[in-house]
Amino acid sequence: MTDSRNKTGSSSGFNRRDFLRGSGAAAAAAAVQTQAAQAMQDSGPAIVRGSQKIALNINGSQHDVTVEPRTTLLDVLRHQLDLTGAKPVSADGSSGASTVLIDGKPATASTILALTAVGKKIQTIESLGGDNPDPVIQAFVKHDAQQCGFCTPGFVIAVRAFLNKNPNATEAQIREGLNGNICRCGTYANIVQAAVAVVKGA
Amino acid sequence: MTEYNWPKRDASTVIGKELDRVDGLVKATGAAKYTYDINLKNQLYAVALGCPHGHCKIKSLDISAASSVPGVVHVHVFDHAQPDREIEWEGELLVVVAAESEGAAREGLSKVKLEVEKLDVFTSAEDLQAAEKAGRTSKGGGKVETVNEPGDDDDEEEFVEKEIERLLKESKYVVEGYYGIDAITHCCLEPHGSTVEWKDGTLEAHLSTQNVSGTDEQFARDLKVTADNVTVHCDYIGGGFGSKFAPDYWGIAAAQISRETGRPVKFMLSRDQELKIAGNRPSGYIKVRLGADEKGVVQVWDSVSWGSAGAQGGAVSHSVLPYVLVPKNYRRVATTIKCNTAPSRAWRAPNHPQACAMSQTALDDLAGKMGADSYDVFLANLVNATNEKADVYREQMQIAAKLMDWKAKWHAHGKGGARGSIVDGLGMALHTWGGGANESSCLLKVYPDGGVTSFCGTQDLGSGTRTVCSQVLAETFGLGINDVRVNIGSSRYPNSGASGGSTTIGAVCESHRRAAQDALVKIFDLAAAELKVAADTLEAVGGKIRDRNNPAKNLTWQKACSLLGLKPLETTASYVRGTPSPLSNSGVAGVQMAHVEVDRETGVIRMKKFVAVQDQGLVINPKTCKSQIYGAVIMGIAAALFEERITDPATGVFVNAELADYRLARLGDIGEIVVELYEPESERIRGVIGNGEPPAISPKAAISNAVANALGIRVPVIPLTPKRVLDALAKA
Repeated sequence: MTDSRNKTGSSSGFNRRDFLRGSGAAAAAAAVQTQAAQAMQDSGPAIVRGSQKIALNINGSQHDVTVEPRTTLLDVLRHQLDLTGAKPVSADGSSGASTVLIDGKPATASTILALTAVGKKIQTIESLGGDNPDPVIQAFVKHDAQQCGFCTPGFVIAVRAFLNKNPNATEAQIREGLNGNICRCGTYANIVQAAVAVVKGA
Repeated sequence: MTEYNWPKRDASTVIGKELDRVDGLVKATGAAKYTYDINLKNQLYAVALGCPHGHCKIKSLDISAASSVPGVVHVHVFDHAQPDREIEWEGELLVVVAAESEGAAREGLSKVKLEVEKLDVFTSAEDLQAAEKAGRTSKGGGKVETVNEPGDDDDEEEFVEKEIERLLKESKYVVEGYYGIDAITHCCLEPHGSTVEWKDGTLEAHLSTQNVSGTDEQFARDLKVTADNVTVHCDYIGGGFGSKFAPDYWGIAAAQISRETGRPVKFMLSRDQELKIAGNRPSGYIKVRLGADEKGVVQVWDSVSWGSAGAQGGAVSHSVLPYVLVPKNYRRVATTIKCNTAPSRAWRAPNHPQACAMSQTALDDLAGKMGADSYDVFLANLVNATNEKADVYREQMQIAAKLMDWKAKWHAHGKGGARGSIVDGLGMALHTWGGGANESSCLLKVYPDGGVTSFCGTQDLGSGTRTVCSQVLAETFGLGINDVRVNIGSSRYPNSGASGGSTTIGAVCESHRRAAQDALVKIFDLAAAELKVAADTLEAVGGKIRDRNNPAKNLTWQKACSLLGLKPLETTASYVRGTPSPLSNSGVAGVQMAHVEVDRETGVIRMKKFVAVQDQGLVINPKTCKSQIYGAVIMGIAAALFEERITDPATGVFVNAELADYRLARLGDIGEIVVELYEPESERIRGVIGNGEPPAISPKAAISNAVANALGIRVPVIPLTPKRVLDALAKA
C-alpha cells in the first residue's frame, strides 16, 4: 500500500482505492460512512468494526500499525508506538495537549482518525528532542515553562509551529497566538518568556 | 550528633541559585512517563459508566450485552450500583468495562442498560433559603468574641446581639455586603487513574498520586492484603492540586479487575468524569456587617456564611472568617448545605481562598465607602492581624505598591476616567499559611567512587522536588546538581509524607540535608586522618574536601570517598513532623495587587498587571519558586474571572464538564505578572517553608477588589463573568 501510494504520487494522503483493495473483508473508512449511514437508517446507530494494517509516516520513518475505523492517531501513537509525549487530555482537542505536526501544521492527534493520517508526514514531540533539542525545548527548560509537565509537549509543538509561521513574532503576537493550549499549573508567564527568547535567539 | 544547619547566604554555591529543573528536559521532550503513559504488555483498557442523574435510586442494571461485545474481557459492577442503592451525585461511577482496546471498552459501555428512579435534586448552593426549605442545611459552627463580657445575669445570646448592634451603631463607618465564591473543579490535566498489575500475588500500581508513600497501604486495606504486597509508583504526575491523595474506588477496581483477569489494567477517568467526580472546591457565600472607626480600623464583624462541599456535607470553615485581619469583636455563624454534587476534595490552601474572597472584599468596600485609598485601609487594619505578621505585611505592601506603581495609578472607587466604555481599577489582598515540613525519611548512599544517590518516597507535583533535593545534596557535598542522583516516586523508598498543604519542600529538605550532613561527618573524619588536620576545620567546596584555614590542603571528592573502602556509606535520616528544626519552619505572609480593565458595555474584565510578593523563608531555587507563584496567580485569575461549574438544577448534571466549556485561563488572559520573593535575612534564617498554597489564596479577592475599584460597585459573586458584571451594573 505504501509502495503503490508512492508510485501514484498521491498527495492527498489516504488513498481510498488502495485501502479498499488491501482491506479484504474489513471495514474501510469510506465504506464505514456508507455502512454506518445505512445502519442508522435501518436500526439506529451501529458500530462497524474490523481492523486493518496501515503504514504511517511518523518522525521520518514508516510504521506499520493496525487500526480500526474508530482508532485515533493519538491512540496509535501512544498505545502501538509508545510515543507518549502527546497527551490525552480532551478528546475534542480543546486542551491542545495532543498537538502534533501534520505536514508541518499543528493538529490535535486526539481528533484525527488514524486512517486519515495515511500518507501525511506526522511529527511528534519525540522528533524535537535528541542530542541537540529544538531551541523551543531548550527555552522551555531555561525559562522553567513547565510544572507538572503534562501539557508541555503539546505546548512545545504549538510554540514551534507558531514560530515557524511567525519567526519574528512580538510578545503581543505570542500572547495572541498561543491560546489553543491549556496549562492547569499556570506556566503561561514562563511560556511567554520562553517563546520571546526563541525569537530573540537567546 | 550532627548540628544541622544551612550555609549562610554568601557561602551557598547551589542553594539560592536559579538552576534549571533537573527533569526539565525529560518533561519537555515528552520522554517523562506519567501514569497515563505506562503501557504494560497485554494490558486491558478500562472505562466507566457514570450515573447520569444527580440523585436517583438504581432500579436495574443489565451488563449482559456489554459482556458480549467483541473485545470486552471483564465487566465490573460497583457495590454501590446494586439495585435499590441511592446515588447522590451525577458521574458517580457504576460500571467498569475492561477490553482489548479503549474503543471496544467504550462500545461495551454503550451496551450497559441502566434504569434509575429519579429523586429530588438540589444544587443551588448560593440559595440559602431554598436550601433551608429543601431541608438541606445543617449547622456549620460559629464563634463569638466581644471585648465586653456578659454579666452573670445576662442571657449570653441576647447580650451578644445587643453588643454587636451597639458596636455597629457607634461605628463611624458601617458596611453591609454580600459576597460569594462559587465551587470550582480541580481539572487535573492528567485525570485520576492508574495502570496496575497483579503478578505472583503482589500488586504493582502506577498511580497518579500526591501520596506515593501512603497509597500502598490504602490499596492493601481495600484489597485485603498486607501492604508489603503492594508497590506504588509515580515518577511524574500530571496535576493534583489536593485531589490525588488516594487510589480512590476506581483505583481499587482496576486492581480487582487485574486480579480477576490476570492482566494489567489501565483505568484513567475520562475528561468529564475528572471534572465531575475527582475535583470540587467548596463554595462560600456570606452576608456581612462590619463597623469601623474614623481611621477605617474594623472594630466589629458580624457574618452569616454558607456554602456546600457536595453531597456529603461540609462548607468553608468559619474559623478563618474574617480572614487574617480579625477585629476584637466578632460574631460568625456558618451553615453547610448538602448539594447533589460530588464530595469536595482539598484544594490549594483549603478554606483560605474562599475566606479571603468573602472578607477582604468587605474590607475593600469599607475603603470605597470612606472614599479612601484601599492601601491605607488595609494598612490601618494590620493592627488586627492575627498571625503576628503585621510588620512583614507592611514591608510587603510597600514592595508590592512600588512594583505596581500603586500611588500613580490609584483613583477612588468608581472615580477613574473612562476610555470609551473601559474603566480600570486597583485591588489588593493579603494571606497567610503554615507550610511546615511533613514527615520524611531519606536513604543516602555515597559510593567509594564518589557517586551519590538518594532514595525517598516523595513525589514531584511539578514544584521541582527532584531539583530541590539535588540542590540540597550538591550543596552539602560541594558538588554540582548533576553529580548527584535523586530517586523519588516509589513506595519502596523510605517513607515521606503526602504532598499537601505546602509541606513537601520542608519535608525533603529536612531528610536530605540531615542524611547528607550525617554522611559528610563520616567523610570528614576519614579525610581529616588522611590530611592530618582536625575534622572540624574541613569544608566541602567545589568538588573538594579542604581545610578551611589552608585550602591547599585538600582531597578531591572522589579521593575522599575512596577512603570509604569497598562499601558505600549509607545514612538514613528521618524528620518527624512538628519537630522544631533550624532547617525548616512554618507561617508565611504574602501580599498581592491586581490592576484590571473592565468594559462597562460588554462586562469583560482584562488583567493588566498582577504583583505577588511572597515570603517562604529560605528559598532553595528562586526559579522554580517563582514558577510556583506565577502558577498560583494564574490559577487565581482563572477562578476569579472564568471558572464556572454550571449545574442543571433539574437533573444535577454538570453541563459544562469538558475543557471546551469549562473555561480556564489561556495564555492571552494573564496580563503582566510580577513576582517578588521576599527573603530578607530575618526570613531566610527561619529555614525552608512551603509556598504551594499561600500565593494561591489572594488572587480572587485582589481581582474582585480591583473590579470594584474600577466600577465603583461590587460584583458580589466570583467568578466575575461578563454576565455578572453587567447584572451588577444594571442593578446599581
